[in-house]
Amino acid sequence: MSLYYVQKLLYQLNRDPTIRKRFDADLDELLGEYSLTDEERAAIVEGDIGLLYVMGVNGQILMHYAALIGQEWDEYIAAMKQGVADHGAVRGGLYTLLEDRTR
Amino acid sequence: MSLVFAGVCSHAPGITGRAKRADPEIRDAFYAKLDELRVRLEAAKPDVLVVVAAEHFANFFMNNMPAYCMGLADEYEGPIEDEDWLAIRRTAVPGNVELSRRIITYMLGEIDLSYAEEWKFDHGIMVPLNFLTPRYNLPVIPVNVNCQGPPLTTLERAYEFGRVLRRACDAQPERIALVGTGGISHWPATPDSGTINEAWDRDFLDKFINNRRAELVAYSDEETLRDAGQGGFEIRTFLTVAGATEGAPGELLFYAPIPIFAVGCTVAEMTVQ
Repeated sequence: MSLYYVQKLLYQLNRDPTIRKRFDADLDELLGEYSLTDEERAAIVEGDIGLLYVMGVNGQILMHYAALIGQEWDEYIAAMKQGVADHGAVRGGLYTLLEDRTR
Repeated sequence: MSLVFAGVCSHAPGITGRAKRADPEIRDAFYAKLDELRVRLEAAKPDVLVVVAAEHFANFFMNNMPAYCMGLADEYEGPIEDEDWLAIRRTAVPGNVELSRRIITYMLGEIDLSYAEEWKFDHGIMVPLNFLTPRYNLPVIPVNVNCQGPPLTTLERAYEFGRVLRRACDAQPERIALVGTGGISHWPATPDSGTINEAWDRDFLDKFINNRRAELVAYSDEETLRDAGQGGFEIRTFLTVAGATEGAPGELLFYAPIPIFAVGCTVAEMTVQ
């Protein structure tokens, strides 16, 4: 797991138009600059919000990223719930400390 | 001159971005109280507005995360978010670099803080400004308290930061307003978004409005996480405002949980003695 670098990429993407342009124009080259596992890389390429949430990406980074890729609010919340249903509990980061309030 | 105004308000992106999905009655009551806070702020005739916020990875990241940071620029911009998603247009916001420098220099004599000459506002500052200075014609000095990426500053330090900020403001010739913006209980950007612990919020607000320091700083992060979610860590911004108005009570203008806004929506003015 290289959660730090997944979050770093999304953080930069959210705030920096030049990174955004590179994300659109030359994704392979951009992703090559970050230390990512194959699973992390695929989740970013596919915009898999549910899996990124389960990996432990901070929601404040993920929420802005979901908006950036055009996910509507309900779709974004549903994607996180689906991610937990598909992949199990959050694996890393702050949210491992939260109680599951949906139970 | 000194600190001339202090208040707090909520900042969640849904407040503007999902406005159409809220119950119009409660939404408009909330907006009306935000507008009342604007009227009171303007009546204090401030030269500058210091906004103590808890930003969400717009400027600061875990490669170098300041516990406290103040802006040091003549201009800022925001929001970083998609404009349609937040329903706030991207704009330049004036700062006051010279006053920032004096406040930071004063504060560094008593407490550690970082400064930033470059700062992009996210919804954490833009939503309050949208209501409080809608024409963006009042210079703003942003302050960030890291409430997102633990380890975090303690509540005692957040209160102390407010005390020092107050002394720094009182040492300046300008009229300075202060607004803190944060939680209170909420689970933003998680599948539990929309959950609000109203009882916890009301208990916290009672302590806050009456500025009972000992009770305010007594929350452990474990308790806050359990009862108020990770969004509850943002009470640090309220504690800074309480520290800046130590010894004086405030007035709660509005509180109501509005789940589509994903937060218990709060507006309060604190007394500046």
